[in-house]
Amino acid sequence: MQVPAPFDYKRASTLAEAIALLRECGPDSRVIAGGHSLLPMMKLRLARPEVLIDINHLSELDYIKVDGNTLKIGAMVRHVTLQKSHLAAEYYPIFAEAEEQIADPLVRNRGTVGGSLCQADPAEDLSAVFSALKADILIAGSYGTRKLPISEFHTGPYTTALNPDEILTEIDVPLRSNTGSAYEKVERRVGDWAIAAVGTMVRVDDGLISEAGIGLTAVRADHFRAKEAEDSLLGRSPSTEAIAEAASLAARHCNPFADQRGPEDYKRHLVEELAKRALSRALNRSLPEVH
Amino acid sequence: MTDVKDKPDGVGFGRVTRKEDARFVRGKGNYVDDIVLPGMLYGAVLRSPYAHAKIISIDTSEAEKHPKVKAVITGALLETLNLAWIPSLSHDVIAVLATDKVRYQGQEVAFVVAEDRYSARDALELIEVDYEVLPAVVDAKRALEPDAAIIRDDIENKKDNYIFDWGSGDEQATEAVFKKADVIVEQDMLYPRVHPAPMETCGSVADMDPISGKLTIYCTTQAPHAHRTLYALVAGLPEHKLRVYSPDIGGGFGNKVGIYPGYVLSVVGSIVTKRPVKWVEDRSENLMSTSFARDYHMKGKIAATKEGKILGLRVDVLADHGAFNNTAQPTKFPAGFFHVFSGSYDMEAAYCAVKGVYTNKAPGGVAYACSFRVTEAVYAVERMVDRLALELDMDPAELRMKNLLRPEQFPYTSPTGWEYDSGEYPRALRLAMDIAGYEDLRKEQAEKRANGELMGIGLSFFTETVGAGPKKHMDILGLGMADGCEVRVHPTGKAVVRLSVQTQGQGHETTFAQIVSEVTGIPTADIEVVHGDTDNTPFGLGTYGSRSTPVSGAAAAVASKRIVEKARLIASAMLECAPEDLEWNLGRWQVKGDPSAGKTIAEIALAAHASLELPDGIEGHLDASCVYDPPNLTFPFGAYICVVDVDRGTGKVKVRRFIAVDDCGPRINPMIVEGQVHGGLADGVGMALMESIAFDEDGNCLGGSFMDYLLPTSLECPSWETGETVTPSPHHPLGLKGVGESATVGSPPAVVNAVLDALKPFGVKHADMPLTPAQVWRAMQGRPMRTDLAIK
Ligand SMILES: Cc1cc2nc3c(=O)[nH]c(=O)nc-3n(C[C@H](O)[C@H](O)[C@H](O)COP(=O)(O)OP(=O)(O)OC[C@H]3O[C@@H](n4cnc5c(N)ncnc54)[C@H](O)[C@@H]3O)c2cc1C
Repeated sequence: MQVPAPFDYKRASTLAEAIALLRECGPDSRVIAGGHSLLPMMKLRLARPEVLIDINHLSELDYIKVDGNTLKIGAMVRHVTLQKSHLAAEYYPIFAEAEEQIADPLVRNRGTVGGSLCQADPAEDLSAVFSALKADILIAGSYGTRKLPISEFHTGPYTTALNPDEILTEIDVPLRSNTGSAYEKVERRVGDWAIAAVGTMVRVDDGLISEAGIGLTAVRADHFRAKEAEDSLLGRSPSTEAIAEAASLAARHCNPFADQRGPEDYKRHLVEELAKRALSRALNRSLPEVH
Repeated sequence: MTDVKDKPDGVGFGRVTRKEDARFVRGKGNYVDDIVLPGMLYGAVLRSPYAHAKIISIDTSEAEKHPKVKAVITGALLETLNLAWIPSLSHDVIAVLATDKVRYQGQEVAFVVAEDRYSARDALELIEVDYEVLPAVVDAKRALEPDAAIIRDDIENKKDNYIFDWGSGDEQATEAVFKKADVIVEQDMLYPRVHPAPMETCGSVADMDPISGKLTIYCTTQAPHAHRTLYALVAGLPEHKLRVYSPDIGGGFGNKVGIYPGYVLSVVGSIVTKRPVKWVEDRSENLMSTSFARDYHMKGKIAATKEGKILGLRVDVLADHGAFNNTAQPTKFPAGFFHVFSGSYDMEAAYCAVKGVYTNKAPGGVAYACSFRVTEAVYAVERMVDRLALELDMDPAELRMKNLLRPEQFPYTSPTGWEYDSGEYPRALRLAMDIAGYEDLRKEQAEKRANGELMGIGLSFFTETVGAGPKKHMDILGLGMADGCEVRVHPTGKAVVRLSVQTQGQGHETTFAQIVSEVTGIPTADIEVVHGDTDNTPFGLGTYGSRSTPVSGAAAAVASKRIVEKARLIASAMLECAPEDLEWNLGRWQVKGDPSAGKTIAEIALAAHASLELPDGIEGHLDASCVYDPPNLTFPFGAYICVVDVDRGTGKVKVRRFIAVDDCGPRINPMIVEGQVHGGLADGVGMALMESIAFDEDGNCLGGSFMDYLLPTSLECPSWETGETVTPSPHHPLGLKGVGESATVGSPPAVVNAVLDALKPFGVKHADMPLTPAQVWRAMQGRPMRTDLAIK
């Protein structure tokens, strides 16, 4: 049995209490959400927080709702809830597509959207999803709240812009018309992390691409994003050539490294292949439905 | 759903639900980690972070100061007990705790005993070890190069990493057939290092009673009696004061055959602290330090006529044995039964040469349901046959049909001297092809190929070699491979059967009761199976190599027959007639010509314990025993067909269908046989597509957790399609052959052959397992990777 180093445990029942506890217990304390990233690291003694602050009872952070022109996802939403959410799927099918390929049902039952982003694992799927959707991250701390675009949230592998006494509370996704989205991932086996994965969002207005988001994971793309590829699509009419060009740019502008999931050339190839697939599917979905 | 009720009388062979499941499905099993003894302490092992390093010093003083620590044991202490090194199962030694050097990552360096498992782990961090890191030997192909670091400088005068050379077959005759062949195909292939990864890791609870001097070891062992005798021989412990008790075992697959340092350390811990000591390893410890399997680099060479008649086969093997030679196999066979590699085919000559080398990797070798390396042998020949088919542009099924041994050739003596007991090979292959709809599949494949889609059909025909084994041919460390069985019928006609073998999930509590039931007519439900406890069972070598049914099953059948014969004599006294006048009607001796006059086995049992005057020379009670020395091995076989679809853009393989026709002789409990086959097929898909333990250049293990060492899930497995033929073994008392490992042995080449068949349009001839998406894509590019090293 792998056992963690000694630690203290405190349970918060409100967001305010959680933030107060973080402040009180200092930088060696950590919040615990689903625990599916934190506990394995503690068992391997790679993480050794002195105090765990349990935020699982913060039901105030567990919601998926539309407010005006924004889809709002609370940090404590479990993977399974997002996976099965009709509301999220109605606007963005990428959510269900990505979620059903994240880990396995056991992990999805406990793991949270906020925990996934805060873990900032370089192969994390939702980071690519929210990058493609150009989401905003809402953060609460003892001073109040702040908001960051997703492109400024991740600061490197396993690091984020969060201060030790801050909590991610919500992810905001703008709603868009004439927009399609899709997710493509290749894993060695169900439940494994991505060898590479690509999330896409494309908006088409008057036959031209007016907005594009391409999120990449597991290939060390800056901020989980293929910016050059996104830019290449703007103002173009959807075509196989445009897709191929964007896919090739995405493959060129990431920095995959070899590990047991695959060599660098293969991962680069996958980015191109999956970008093509995810872009064409997103484009198909951007067309108004014919009834 | 299979109907498990087609045995209404509950007597003998047939589908009956498993007796053991009543507790397993309720979570009421009793595993080593469930055992809690009064005053029990917990042990934890400090392991080496390096693959190769000199130990300069070990400072345990801080750990000893931990308030909950009761003892810290190092190699220095073990040296004073003469226990720092113990004999391996292959003419070598293994270190219990490293004294001079560490030789693989994860090797045992110190042992802490504390009041709870948390404190034991905490205290490990307080031990200071000063290492001098040495270069690691990781690539088996470079282990013998003159500048390679010497791993085993503990062996006097050792100047290289060489272990052994061993060969089998007639080398000259094989060379001669190669000279006359029209076609010769050569292929290098690696069977990568894999791990049995049982759900339950290894562990033990040692309890030395300081007053009686009796040592009880509760242990995850597939071979409790062999363990006990080895403890007695190695540590000089009196065998009658030793009890090895193997409770429920959560999967073994060969992983739990040997004696691990952790077991010995729990014993030493109990002796030192005078309290029971539990040690249970965690998942990473299991994957990194316990018996791996395979790691065979093979060069195959096959010779044939242009019409496709196979003439001969040669395989040269470089065997990576890790840091200590600790493979578990019959002593005289350093490559296990690999020399059965001529497989299921009729050929004039065959020869194999195996060279063993040391590397800075965990020791072990024969494990993971392989029947002593028949897995590697079957993979070698089945890949070579497919390579030959490719070269001849012949359908691989047709090529196999042409070369399979014919029924009239049995008993068949193979070019390397094995005597196959029985077989009807073409019938099994034809059945598999019929279930698959083989000809239609080939048509579909042709259509798909025309559209650029990649579909593959792979075959494998295997001959298993199990039931080790005849005492005149094989032993393990001098212990003959015979197994005992005792059957006792209680006065009221219920019975108990005591076995030397130990189940790890195979369902012995049910199948051995069925064997006794089949012979005696006592309902299966009335027969209790006792096993795993050396104080309560006869001697024998345990369960591995699919040997339980062929060896112990035979012992149970013979003992049961002795019961029936004794019952006849008692019945004749009861019925006042001559024994010859009685006939057996399952469960009852009755007078020939007068079936109404008869006695059931229960009536006879009661009489045997009562005041009835028994015939001369017949003692009371109704029991019998047998020690079974098998006259030969048994040779189950089967024909497997795998259908895959490969995504040409990503390299991802989807196993669409898997057809498995198995012939293991008569089936004791068909439901259990199917379960064994299903599990083995999943193993095969795992090995072919995702499992392997590679090492980086510093010797870091890259498969040390289930995030890195992937096991297949239900989603990677199709709905298995099974079929059966029945060819009894002529020498087993009930014709049984064993089936535990058939599917693990037979399925990997079927999957690999299918994937490579799918890649045929790219001109791919071979790529090593595991065929991960990356490996498949690289193969399409003509650049498959080595899968034993870190991917670069
Ligand atoms: C077997 C397995 C397979 C997996 N496969 C995948 C996969 O394929 N793809 C994938 O993307 N992920 C995968 N994961 C990761 C999984 O998605 C994450 O572990 C999980 O969802 C993280 O969320 P959590 O709630 O469990 O976070 P926790 O483990 O509780 O926390 C993770 C980190 O985030 C911090 N944290 C959590 N919530 C907040 C918050 N609201 N504000 C500030 N900090 C916070 C914690 O302090 C901790 O540092 C896998 C995990 C496992 C165990």
